[in-house]
Amino acid sequence: MSLIKDLTKGIYRENPVFRLVLGMCPFLAVTTSVENALGMGAAATFVLICSNFLVSLFRNIIPSKVRIPCYIVIIATFVTLVDMVMNAYLPDLHRSLGIFIPLIVVNCIILGRAEGFANRNPVLNSIADAVGMGIGFTLAMVILASFRELLGNGTLLNINVLGSAYQNQPLLIAILAPGAFILLSFILGFFNILEKRKGGRQ
Amino acid sequence: MNPTILLSALLATPDSGNQGFDLGKMMAIIIASIFVNNFVLARFLGICPFLGVSKQLDSAIGMGAAVIFVMTLATLGSWAAYNLLLVPMGLTYLSTIAFILIIASLVQLVEMILQKFSPALYSALGIFLPLITTNCAILGVAVLNIDEKYSLGYSLVNAIAAGIGFTLALILMAGLRQRLELADLPPAMKGKPVAFLVAGIMSIAFLGFAGLGG
Repeated sequence: MSLIKDLTKGIYRENPVFRLVLGMCPFLAVTTSVENALGMGAAATFVLICSNFLVSLFRNIIPSKVRIPCYIVIIATFVTLVDMVMNAYLPDLHRSLGIFIPLIVVNCIILGRAEGFANRNPVLNSIADAVGMGIGFTLAMVILASFRELLGNGTLLNINVLGSAYQNQPLLIAILAPGAFILLSFILGFFNILEKRKGGRQ
Repeated sequence: MNPTILLSALLATPDSGNQGFDLGKMMAIIIASIFVNNFVLARFLGICPFLGVSKQLDSAIGMGAAVIFVMTLATLGSWAAYNLLLVPMGLTYLSTIAFILIIASLVQLVEMILQKFSPALYSALGIFLPLITTNCAILGVAVLNIDEKYSLGYSLVNAIAAGIGFTLALILMAGLRQRLELADLPPAMKGKPVAFLVAGIMSIAFLGFAGLGG
């Protein structure tokens, strides 16, 4: 029962992006298209699951004084793995995600889950937590990326949605840097209203 | 030794021989890193401290100074480790692990040295230093310098300029947020949402620099 709870809490109730406002840098940078968002989400989820698994497995062995460097080395190892695999099999995606692949190391969500959850919970729960958080992160990125790709390019997953007339004069700013900040601001505001409604009903 | 020779040796790219000192390229790097590709507003690096420490002007300045300082040292360390250790040994795939370890230990070292020798500076920067390890702008500048194949001199210039760009964005944001505290906003937009909205408007302003410096 607690396994399911650990799995689902990351998706909405403790969504790392919309509720906890963590992991902003890759979130804002790679959401120019849904494809990039999915790629980044998959990479981050994989690293999150592996690091939560190892941290939880070794939670009684790692001395608490040097735990943060240990976590960072564990995370960096898996990030290097993802970097190499992606470079070999998905070179286009690797190029468009660019430096944000090595920067998964300093994604606060991953270190935050290692420090805040995996180091005091059993292995299975930690994996469930990682899967939930990874899905939550991916989902959040896909939501923002859908808005940005749709408004800025008229497409969704590279499929033309709004027609070629829109594509001639799209809302280009949505796909540029300011669009990420402004659209995220409205999404966060929307979630605040949603939370308030929910609180009022209870 | 003649200072110009020393300078051109420092600015030469490791793989293309002694190129000498190119002031135009250096100015282009400086303008690009501060304005055109501002680390926070165009490259999305260092968003967490940008939002976390921009509530007051004093702490924004402290954080900015700490970032410039660590960024320069980290660039020096990561450049040396990459070009003198990892490349000769054929271990370049370890660069991510090596860089993050260098940054983490550097931050720890700087913290200990400051605490011992300059308590005044430590109390001013101290609380920001642990946060810097997980600041993606530091690792970001180290990775970018390697990707761009900059020489040591250009790398250091790029690091300092990136730090100044980060500080500029942080200080501008802090000034704006102090005013936002008094603004009459819809309750749902208070706090983080409006901070992102303001960042978006600042980012539009920085788009105006596009094309500057070539």
